Amino acid sequence: MSNLDEFFEELRPDELDGYGPIAVKELKKEKNVVGTYCIFTPYELISAAEAIPVTLCSTSDATIKEAEQHLPRNLCPLIKSSYGYALTDKCPYFHFADLVVGETTCDGKKKMYEYLGRMTPVHVMQLPQSNNREEDFENWKEEMIILKNALEEKFNVTITDQRLKEEIKKKNLERETLKEFYQLSQLTPPPLYGTEILQVLDISKFTFDKSLANQRTRNIIEEVKKSYNNGERRISEDAPRILITGCPIGQATEKVVELVEESGGVVVCFENCSGVKGNEELVDENIAPIDALTEKYLNTPCSCMSPNDNRIDLLSELIDEYQVDGVIDMVLQACHTYNVETFRIKSFVTDKKNIPYISLETDYSQSDVGQLKTRISAFVEML
Amino acid sequence: MYSVGIDIGSVATKGVIFDGEMVDYIVIPTGWNPKEAGVDALNKLLEDNNLAKKDVNQITATGYGRVSADFADEVVTEITCHAKGGHFLDNKVRTIIDIGGQDSKAISVDENGNVMDFIMNDKCAAGTGKFLEVTINSLGENINDLDELTKNTEPQEINSMCTVFAESEVVSLLAQGASKESVALGIVDAIANRAQVLLSKVPINDQILFTGGLAKSERIKKVLSDKLGRKIITSSNSQLAGALGAAVIGLE
Repeated sequence: MSNLDEFFEELRPDELDGYGPIAVKELKKEKNVVGTYCIFTPYELISAAEAIPVTLCSTSDATIKEAEQHLPRNLCPLIKSSYGYALTDKCPYFHFADLVVGETTCDGKKKMYEYLGRMTPVHVMQLPQSNNREEDFENWKEEMIILKNALEEKFNVTITDQRLKEEIKKKNLERETLKEFYQLSQLTPPPLYGTEILQVLDISKFTFDKSLANQRTRNIIEEVKKSYNNGERRISEDAPRILITGCPIGQATEKVVELVEESGGVVVCFENCSGVKGNEELVDENIAPIDALTEKYLNTPCSCMSPNDNRIDLLSELIDEYQVDGVIDMVLQACHTYNVETFRIKSFVTDKKNIPYISLETDYSQSDVGQLKTRISAFVEML
Repeated sequence: MYSVGIDIGSVATKGVIFDGEMVDYIVIPTGWNPKEAGVDALNKLLEDNNLAKKDVNQITATGYGRVSADFADEVVTEITCHAKGGHFLDNKVRTIIDIGGQDSKAISVDENGNVMDFIMNDKCAAGTGKFLEVTINSLGENINDLDELTKNTEPQEINSMCTVFAESEVVSLLAQGASKESVALGIVDAIANRAQVLLSKVPINDQILFTGGLAKSERIKKVLSDKLGRKIITSSNSQLAGALGAAVIGLE
């Protein structure tokens, strides 16, 4: 076993200081906790309100059965999972949350928040459906101010511009550190497996002291660089380099990443919410903080926007930067916006970038692993 | 130098011995044990040709049972194999439709038989060989007599694509007085519709090669050709395309 294999093998999130549910439980004694679901959430506003933004559980099928007591079966698994976790009190982060901030990114979530609000206080931000008009900026800015006021009132704090600027700086540093980490996969051959990238992103996300999180990410970067510079190569130079785009990936849907890497490919880039999507653009530190936050978050290249040209631009850059050989578009069942966008993404990837593309529709069950394996192996074989 | 390709499908296991040309082949039912079926097909092929395992340079397994084929030197998906096998059968072909036991796929290939794009049916058995087998059996008929059965009739429309629901639909159509023959042709129609949907998602150049078990049916071939308004070709070895492709890959 190589040094780096061993390093990642021993990198067990649950054993790290300041990570996960135990850390939140401790922090809860002195701070408020705000649950979030989506990367449209302006984290800086929450932390400037002296509260801790926490991503809520939403990526396992463990609670879907319970969620279906209230929600339709043919709904996106992410929404059902989120709701089921809340309903069954199985998500520790939800358990400790004083407030949940949601956004109207899709109809399913929008309506789900209404039910969620019966269990816990929910603040929903009304997201514009486009981001290319002056009005969109104004509307989203208004939503930022409404959230700011709500946080101030709820937690009895004042969010000053000064505090916001500090938090923007901190969050930008976290984004830059994470970018530096996953951009290591631009190397040929890549030093990291996709499963490891997800693992590290996860560790950073659930380490709530961000200076500790950044330090940890930095240590990992150094470790990876050291072994790479020592000539250690774990991944073949011939392994097809895959970019995964589409719906959020994690836990139950990591099956897709695992199948790619079992088939001899390597995932070098995640163009989705847990990956590049939220980190690529920084918040402008030189303009009024609310304006800067409005601009950054409104530009999120999500399929809920119409048109969603930002996603095409981002994909185009990433395909070049990561020297991608093939694109996998992962769509969660019943996610209409991403599913409809597959046609546009396929045309762009195959016609404009001249590389193969495949779209895979899946959910959180493991019942389709056999079929997925055939599709994914065949895709890797054709690269 | 020999190469053996074994395609363990959900219904039938196919084996091909190849040395640049097809030397011999075998088709046996897969039954309940895919691994055993693969081993049996391999042993029988070797035995029939007076060969020992050491005479074979490479054994390549494909098909849904490939995961359990620990006797194989290499494992390749049926998509890649049908592309190679289809290309070997007719090197002018750029589009392949394979209707297998549990999976159907439309494959676009380049001039060397490499996969350019492909699309597969969704999770269930809609429009596959299993769909046909189950529904035809519910008519009390055998899938091998399909062409004869549907000779002089008009298709009865079948709306359900779920195998289980289609079976119920067949039963109620018969109860309403529809003829067995027209229902059978309706099932063929339904399968052709599914194949047409798959084919609409890959580029089609000129003629289409029909591979997999159902390619033995002239009726399915004709109905699909009529629907597409294109020439669908088959080969007497269409069913062997996967095993043949595996053997070709082994030799390469």
